[in-house]
Amino acid sequence: MTELWQGLTKAIELIITLDPEVMQIAARSLTFAAISCSIATLIFLPLGSVIHFNRFYGKRVLINIIQTFYSVPTVAVGLFVFVFISRAGPFGNLGLLFTPAAIVIGQALLVAPIITGLTISALGGVDRAVTETAISLGANRSQTTVLIIREARFAILAALIMGFGRAISEVGLSLMVGGNIRGFTRTITTAISLETSKGDLELSIALGIILLFLALIINIALNRLQQR
Amino acid sequence: MSLIEVVSLSHSYGAREVLKGLNLSIGRGEVFALIGPTGSGKTTLLRLIDLLEVPSSGEIYFDGKCIPKSGKQRLEIRRRMSFIHQKPQVFNLSVYDNVACGLRWRGERKNRVAEKVDHILEMVGLEGYNNRDARTLSGGEAQRVALARALILEPELLLLDEPTANLDPVSTAKIEQLISYIAGQHDTTTIMATHDMSQGQQIAGRIGVLLEGRLVQTGSAHDIFRSPKNEEVANFVGMENIIEGVIVANNEGVATVNIGGSAIEAVSSYPVGKEVYAGIRPEDITLALSRTQSSARNSFQAKVTQVASFGPLSRVEVNCGFRLVALVTKMSAEELNLQNGREVYASFKATGVYIIERKSS
Repeated sequence: MTELWQGLTKAIELIITLDPEVMQIAARSLTFAAISCSIATLIFLPLGSVIHFNRFYGKRVLINIIQTFYSVPTVAVGLFVFVFISRAGPFGNLGLLFTPAAIVIGQALLVAPIITGLTISALGGVDRAVTETAISLGANRSQTTVLIIREARFAILAALIMGFGRAISEVGLSLMVGGNIRGFTRTITTAISLETSKGDLELSIALGIILLFLALIINIALNRLQQR
Repeated sequence: MSLIEVVSLSHSYGAREVLKGLNLSIGRGEVFALIGPTGSGKTTLLRLIDLLEVPSSGEIYFDGKCIPKSGKQRLEIRRRMSFIHQKPQVFNLSVYDNVACGLRWRGERKNRVAEKVDHILEMVGLEGYNNRDARTLSGGEAQRVALARALILEPELLLLDEPTANLDPVSTAKIEQLISYIAGQHDTTTIMATHDMSQGQQIAGRIGVLLEGRLVQTGSAHDIFRSPKNEEVANFVGMENIIEGVIVANNEGVATVNIGGSAIEAVSSYPVGKEVYAGIRPEDITLALSRTQSSARNSFQAKVTQVASFGPLSRVEVNCGFRLVALVTKMSAEELNLQNGREVYASFKATGVYIIERKSS
């Protein structure tokens, strides 16, 4: 019990004094998650829109599959990426394994189903009457599309925040393809995992508190958006 | 020349036929009211004219040209009209952006848009609302935004689908005023669907009655309210007294109709033996305590069976061998001390009786 208490006080000290190691790891985590989510947004928000705005055979099934992947295990995505970028894999010669790029690629793939699926839901939540009103007012197809995405902007933003939350809190994938290299690919979650097994509880608790704090901010942002 | 012409237009949703072989022509600058009960096909007709849907069969001509069933031309034609839906759908944007969107989509210059938006918001009485979130507006305000958003486009054809159906009386009056103003000032061809007959009468020059997907009668408000073509129209336009009878005599255009033993005189050219309905508007019946000397040819002794008040008016049901409903002012109802069982005389003129042909089924 005293160990836990000591760990907690030391952890708070680390945070208050802006300990360079702690801050660096936190900043790295945020950066990875932000970059991976941005990339995923650029690719999968349009993809979600395309799926929503088009009618095709098997659409319902496709959406069901996408939704199933919301909760894909991070280690499964890690394994998938690993197979492709390991020395023997098809992209082995790019030397991506155990680099930040590998983590970003993995996280982007991890949040892809969330961003795609929730974008589809968000656009589906826009009243049919909005679409018809736009058409009545003389909007062409692309103008109507832009308007509907604007109408759904808060729900789409909520989807992006959900994706960000998933990316920043995952550990299996970063560990497998990032390698938890100090000062290079070590993130909050991989550091907690390592430091705990080493018995360095202070650092783990400090990083855990930061992670919880980030989760809190994400939750507040989501709640705010859902009230719009 | 007509701006809109509809030729044998039919439309079905699945197996349900909503419009059945409609023919209609509406001239440039005309204000046309489409009246009919809920579910009669008014909205469907407007949606077809606005090119939101493609008719199952039949053609629509706009400005002399047949509208194609698909292709880019539909957008071009649609951009010459505006459609105001029954439930105003404002976009989740500011009032300014809501009103401006149609012009922006047409590629209007930015400063021109700003000018026009300011002008139109002033016209609908929403000046200073530019930056308000449109979602926070009241129903009446939202409908005015919808109206502004449609009118800013200066459409050649304005389509209105029950624009006041969800509004309180004050907002309704404001919207009606605006529609009349636009139609009058800008010579905008207007088609308005409504189930409120008085609204149609007030605003429109010509009225079409749509019943169960058929355009049963078109004509001036006077024609339709005074001489409905058949029983259904009569029923719908509020001719509460529709009595079955047979013409037993016709003396130079004044027909005597036998109604279960009582004789009513009416202006009609139908021959003897014709089975008809006699329609009498409740406001054309006067009630008095004694048989009055007046020009009313028809006067019957009657007994009051029911009195109900409607604002300043009282609706009085009497029995004079047949059932009649009369509308009198509340004041005269009180003066006559109208109550159940009271003996009165119900009178109406021969010109106040509308003879409608009864189709033998």
